[in-house]
Amino acid sequence: MTETLDRLRLSRLGDDDLELLLQVRHFELKLLELYGRGELNGTTHTCLGQEYVPVALRPLLGPDDHVFSNHRGHGHYLSTFRDPHGLLAEIMGREGAVCGGVGGSQHIHRDRYMSTGVQGESLPVAAGVALHLKRTEPGTLACVYIGDGTWGEGAVYEALNLAALWELPLLVVVENNGIAQSTPTAAQMAGSVGGRAAAFGIRHHLVVSADVNEIRAALAPLVAEVRQARPLVVEFVTHRLGPHSKGDDIRPAGAVQAARDNDWYGRYAHDHPDQFHRLDGPVRAEIQAIADEVAARPPSRWEGTCA
Amino acid sequence: MRVAENLNAALHGLLDDDPTAYMIGEDILDPYGGAFKVTKGLSTRFPGRVIGTPISEGALTGVAAGLALTGNTAVAEIMFGDFVALAFDQLCNFASKSVSMYGRRLPLRMVVRCPTGGGRGYGPTHSQSLQKHFVGMPGLSLYEMSPFHDNRAVLGAMLERGEPCVFFEDKVLYTRQMDQVDPLFTVRREGGLAVVDLRGPDARPDCVIIAPGGMAHRALAAMRSLLVEQEISGRLLVPSRLYPLDADALLPFLGEVVLVAEESTAGGTWGSEVAHLLHARLWGRLRGPVRLVHSRASVIPTAAHLENEVLVGESTIHHAVREALRG
Ligand SMILES: Cc1ncc(C[n+]2csc(CCOP(=O)(O)OP(=O)(O)O)c2C)c(N)n1
Ligand SMILES: [Mg+2]
Repeated sequence: MTETLDRLRLSRLGDDDLELLLQVRHFELKLLELYGRGELNGTTHTCLGQEYVPVALRPLLGPDDHVFSNHRGHGHYLSTFRDPHGLLAEIMGREGAVCGGVGGSQHIHRDRYMSTGVQGESLPVAAGVALHLKRTEPGTLACVYIGDGTWGEGAVYEALNLAALWELPLLVVVENNGIAQSTPTAAQMAGSVGGRAAAFGIRHHLVVSADVNEIRAALAPLVAEVRQARPLVVEFVTHRLGPHSKGDDIRPAGAVQAARDNDWYGRYAHDHPDQFHRLDGPVRAEIQAIADEVAARPPSRWEGTCA
Repeated sequence: MRVAENLNAALHGLLDDDPTAYMIGEDILDPYGGAFKVTKGLSTRFPGRVIGTPISEGALTGVAAGLALTGNTAVAEIMFGDFVALAFDQLCNFASKSVSMYGRRLPLRMVVRCPTGGGRGYGPTHSQSLQKHFVGMPGLSLYEMSPFHDNRAVLGAMLERGEPCVFFEDKVLYTRQMDQVDPLFTVRREGGLAVVDLRGPDARPDCVIIAPGGMAHRALAAMRSLLVEQEISGRLLVPSRLYPLDADALLPFLGEVVLVAEESTAGGTWGSEVAHLLHARLWGRLRGPVRLVHSRASVIPTAAHLENEVLVGESTIHHAVREALRG
């Protein structure tokens, strides 16, 4: 799908958007570095290359909307809360962790944001939340992020059926990065995401651009319709720049190169060098400072502890 | 040889020996070879019989059952054992039932492999020990990988039963060595049971610990510290098949003080099933009830310092033995 990616110049972003994009990028790079040095426990999945997806959606979602995230959720969280301290503390098990260090990278709950590490299971839950919102808070929606691989799970279809049947304000954001762990999409998906949405009579919108302004402009009216209880599947054709989790990248060099060629980071640096370089260094330094500060904190404490 | 290599060799052996054998699961194909590398080399050597699937645990388990139904041998890998919850219906209501619910025995040669347990910081949905949820299903046998049981023999034993089996593989075992124990100990096999004793003149141990394979090294570490620090002697029994458990095979090795140690969180545990079987046989001869050692009644946290508080470790077992001996 690489060929379909729009190679035009990326339009200029406000400093705020670019800062957020860079914050997510440097956060993820820092995580891989910390793992590499053995300073983090467990595992993590970075959204390197896909940062622009939640950043583009950010102004289209409000504080009353529910967001369901998945294993690759750091960008979703940072775009919602701009809280690298709390997230890093969660991942490092330090004081100030969003969920006390219990959930870790992929199990996070804050306000109306929730993530879990079991593929597909949040779709029916999001449908239930959307049902509630439709009745009690019309105009709000439930947004759920899933990958291409997650379309293997039956729960996805049971939820889509309900969303269409009951006309739920459900926004399904598909980050189709062409791969699920080690399995290319072509080896795990018959048909297409669009075809599957169509089977339920659900509107499907394909995003091939990585231009945040352009994506927003196209999505704004569609998301407004979701708020009128018309479910929507938005499929981003995107690229996973890094490994699935830590060091498990066995993709052929060509696939990794394609992801690099499409990376918004290099493209934006090329298209808007002054703005990029004015912000990139400071954001990188800020993340470094946050990592140092959080690492020096005492271990997190778990309040609601067990029997 | 590491346990994961032994298991990998066992799967190679099975596909080699049995031309009807299939291996099915997510991300199991080369060059990736599975999330824990247990299926490495299989798809290269047996293309066509090693099948990578979409993220569809219910379907892949059902497919394994369908292959078994048509006379094949099927081994399914669930990437993280936690996701076998998505295959619960296929196992509980289809595969295990089909063995007997049609009025005559319908043999199914299938094994569902479940990388299990915590200690690696993977968090609440990737660290569980779900054995207890499968205990007591007629037509379903449960086995656990151990460093003292050759996996090729265990695979053979599971398939010979002609009914679906779930094979729990404690993830922390993968990188440990087969058959490795401290020189203090000696290991012998009695059928499906591994018996680990202190080296030296035969004497009755002060306590006997029954533990599945994943808990063995922690139990042995506790036995070592109990001996060195407290002069308490112990024996470890590691059954390969957890359910149905051959309780009678344990009897010759038991004394007055018995503990069952497992990683499962508290409540409805495998150990309580074992305790009941032993109480029925040994009630008058035990100094006290069989003592259960398990993780706390809690989700398994991600952060290492919190995870350690929840999961059974060497010290949990050590303290449980001392309490049991104090009466
Ligand atoms: C039910 C379930 N099965 C398997 C996994 C293991 N797993 C975690 S992420 C992943 C791949 C997901 O692929 P995709 O949906 O395309 O998302 P991506 O990782 O590409 O962002 C797999 C198989 C899981 N977390 N949950
Ligand atoms: Mg994907």
